[in-house]
Amino acid sequence: MAYEPVIGLEIHVELSTASKMFCGCRVEFGGTPNTRVCPVCMAHPGALPVINRQAIRYLARIGLALGCSIPERSIFHRKNYFYPDLPKGYQISQYDQPFAVDGRLEVTTQDGIQDVGIERVHMEEDTAKNIHAGESGRIADSLYSLIDFNRSGTPLVEIVTRPDIHSPQAARAFLNQLKNLLQYLDVSDCNMEEGSLRCDANVSMRPAGSEGLGVKTELKNMNSFKHLEKGLAQEIARQVDILESGGDVVQQTVHYDVGSGLISPLRSKEEAHDYRYFPEPDLVPLVATGDFVDEVSSGMPELPAARAERYRRELSLPAYDVEVLTSSRGLADYFEETLEHFNDAKLVSNWLMGELLGYLNATGQSLAECKVSPAGLAELLTMMREGKISANAGKEVFSEMCDSGAAALEVVEERGLSQISDEGELAAVIAEVIEDNPAQVEQFRAGKEQVAGFFVGQVMKATGGRANPKLVNQLVRQRLTE
Amino acid sequence: MMRAGEITPAELTAAFLDQIERHDGEIAAFLHIRKEEAAEEAARTFVDGDSPGLAGIPTAIKDVLCVEGQPTTCASRYLENYMPIYTATCVRQLQEAGIINLGKTNMDEFAMGSSTENSAFGPTRNPWDVTRVPGGSSGGSAAAVAAGEAVWAVGSDTGGSIRQPAAFCGVVGLKPTYGCVSRYGLVAFASSFDQVGPITRDVADAALALRYLTGKDPLDSTSLEHPEGIRAPEDSDLTGLRVGVVSDLLAGGVDPGVCSSFDAVMEKLESAGARVGEARLPHAEYALPAYYILAPAEASANLARYDGVRYGHRAAGAGDITGMYEQTRREGFGEEVQRRIMLGTYALSSGYYDAYYGQAQKVRTLIVEDFTRAFGHYDLLVSPTTPTTAFRLGEKTGDPLTMYMSDICTIPVNLAGLPAISIPSGLADGLPAGFQMIAPAFRENLLLRAARAAEELIGFDSVSPFIEGRD
Repeated sequence: MAYEPVIGLEIHVELSTASKMFCGCRVEFGGTPNTRVCPVCMAHPGALPVINRQAIRYLARIGLALGCSIPERSIFHRKNYFYPDLPKGYQISQYDQPFAVDGRLEVTTQDGIQDVGIERVHMEEDTAKNIHAGESGRIADSLYSLIDFNRSGTPLVEIVTRPDIHSPQAARAFLNQLKNLLQYLDVSDCNMEEGSLRCDANVSMRPAGSEGLGVKTELKNMNSFKHLEKGLAQEIARQVDILESGGDVVQQTVHYDVGSGLISPLRSKEEAHDYRYFPEPDLVPLVATGDFVDEVSSGMPELPAARAERYRRELSLPAYDVEVLTSSRGLADYFEETLEHFNDAKLVSNWLMGELLGYLNATGQSLAECKVSPAGLAELLTMMREGKISANAGKEVFSEMCDSGAAALEVVEERGLSQISDEGELAAVIAEVIEDNPAQVEQFRAGKEQVAGFFVGQVMKATGGRANPKLVNQLVRQRLTE
Repeated sequence: MMRAGEITPAELTAAFLDQIERHDGEIAAFLHIRKEEAAEEAARTFVDGDSPGLAGIPTAIKDVLCVEGQPTTCASRYLENYMPIYTATCVRQLQEAGIINLGKTNMDEFAMGSSTENSAFGPTRNPWDVTRVPGGSSGGSAAAVAAGEAVWAVGSDTGGSIRQPAAFCGVVGLKPTYGCVSRYGLVAFASSFDQVGPITRDVADAALALRYLTGKDPLDSTSLEHPEGIRAPEDSDLTGLRVGVVSDLLAGGVDPGVCSSFDAVMEKLESAGARVGEARLPHAEYALPAYYILAPAEASANLARYDGVRYGHRAAGAGDITGMYEQTRREGFGEEVQRRIMLGTYALSSGYYDAYYGQAQKVRTLIVEDFTRAFGHYDLLVSPTTPTTAFRLGEKTGDPLTMYMSDICTIPVNLAGLPAISIPSGLADGLPAGFQMIAPAFRENLLLRAARAAEELIGFDSVSPFIEGRD
């Protein structure tokens, strides 16, 4: 029998607000442990939470961008469980009345364009961070554990999809698309290594073409989209094996070991939790008035689709360029910033798609790590346009700028790449070349005009490629016809 | 007297510290006495016409409110050595109003109890009869005022914890409308019920104290600015005031002595022109069970933070994290606190939520509606504050349900978040009885005015044997 995987994702996004969800402590990754704490996020007796307005604006942005409807009233619940990284002994979260519901995200996969339903988007708070002393960093064989409460109370948005995803590739494509959207919204760093974007996946199998849902397992806390894709493939293969040999999939949380590529069940003790949700009495209901939603909508950053439309319409860029440039907020921002200093959109686009992305691909760097700033690139392009260096030299210079972080002018001078456009200097070289090649001079004068190209080539050779080819061509013809 | 220069803050504070020194060994109203600090603060205080309203007033604070750098134990072993790193908003407001903080008063552990016998540090005794309880949970605060150990005291009321001990100790106790006083820094028992209020010798003092306790606090989302502002209760005429006696609160049986004291007050009100009738709260009989689902449910979460990880007690020698939690909490919490945590945990458990927590919330709504209807007919509702006068130490400790019954008249008010006051109605067999008056939300001024008038009509002028002479 052929099986079809059914995948739903739960994504946790740490918001990049200035302060924490329920207190005034600063939100920032890392830092000296337990320096950004207060009675509220340390859960001292008598301390009370107060909702961070900016976090709710960001939450609304996410909900609206995902096409969700925003009920006028939503409330916070307490989710109760004991763990040392949870200072209050409960997490303030949302339960049966979440902030935003019923959205969708259009995703381009290898099988075409599909809609992935968004079940809900809700607000909660992050936990502190346990650090287990010992070689493995895991709790099992640690001597002791330390807790850093700097992260405690960081605003956290949970996005839950419907089980609309049917392949590991589509899951990855969805996540890429979502991450891009979140970056466009300017609400999160989306840095998976720092944990500001985290993802769990639920996966089950069903006979291809059927409608029901099989028993699911949960793949927890994957730290990269690539690993999630691989882990899902592995888990799907494991479930198919079980089903094909007549067995039953057991509902449990599984762990994908990135090193070995193996799936192993996690102890299911955690799953016995009864979270005893009940309405948070310390907070009043969140009321999303029409005015509030309008305010958030009108303050919404430009989304990828709108930006693409603008590039097509105002900059007349071809569809392919538009797609590539808007595929990440970072690249699109880089593009626009470069344009501020150098106004030839198509040329900038060519350089970004060709040289910049080529370099990043070859070195495995991310755009954020790139040592060339948009202004730096614009300077280089300007030098080329002004004829100070040749196009070929430009590519060489760019690569060097990427490697060393040096400015265009520095590289050009250091390597002596500046183009020779000085007529006197070129005249001397041309005179020499003409003198050395009397036979070719004769040919030209006999009417074989294409020989001029030979002289240009010789001049370029003699100047190490730095001569301005256009000018050389003109001067050579002038000189030969004198 | 201070403003007239007849007595200095230092003299006044010294007098109260002296009273504490002489009698608190027996009464045990205080858990922590700021003997030197209070005297020093008083010595630095000069009172004149421009001084803030509570300047130089010796005040006791229930040990449920955080004061930076002063022990705050909630009468619990768990917090025995805990020192807050911040001050509760309402206490800060009192400090700004000039109080002299005498120290922290005893209470039932985490405010759970009706006799102050649930204190981990021993019970407080009733100044009227030291073989009896002062009530609770603000028993230390009420006893301190009744024994002349403080001009007034701050208490907190979740199900009657200000009014019931005030009644037992023959003093005035006011529970404001939910939201009037910031809860920031009030160690939470049941967040949707808890409210801070004053325990005083008379109604005028209660009004004065309340004025400095109230106010919207950006650190407490459930707080708000009092829409009327608290005014000093002027002399008032009770003519035409519609007063409803809540017969449903008397259904559980009220001691004859308390009953006749209550009836005598009603006669006085009537002869002063009040229009007295019977008011119904048809769902009041479900108030106690609903309260004992909802309050413990909230408490079970509120007390989860006492896990031995960051501050407070941590059990030694546990083998793993679960063992550490269990042992810490078993050692850190007394019996009643453990009972309520278990009750609340059970009520919220999957499969039981709808039957318990869900039902209790519905009852709460019905009781709110009952009050709304009753206030359609009456300006104020009245009842005895408690069905009995102060009971003997140890009398009810073996039977939690009987103990819970002593709050039967006060609990419905907390379910509805309304303001209510208990004033002494007289003595029954030598012990004070309390008269409870309940007003619609935010009608504290009306409540205080009527209570002031009732206080005058009653003319209760007895003081506990620990107070010598009259002021």
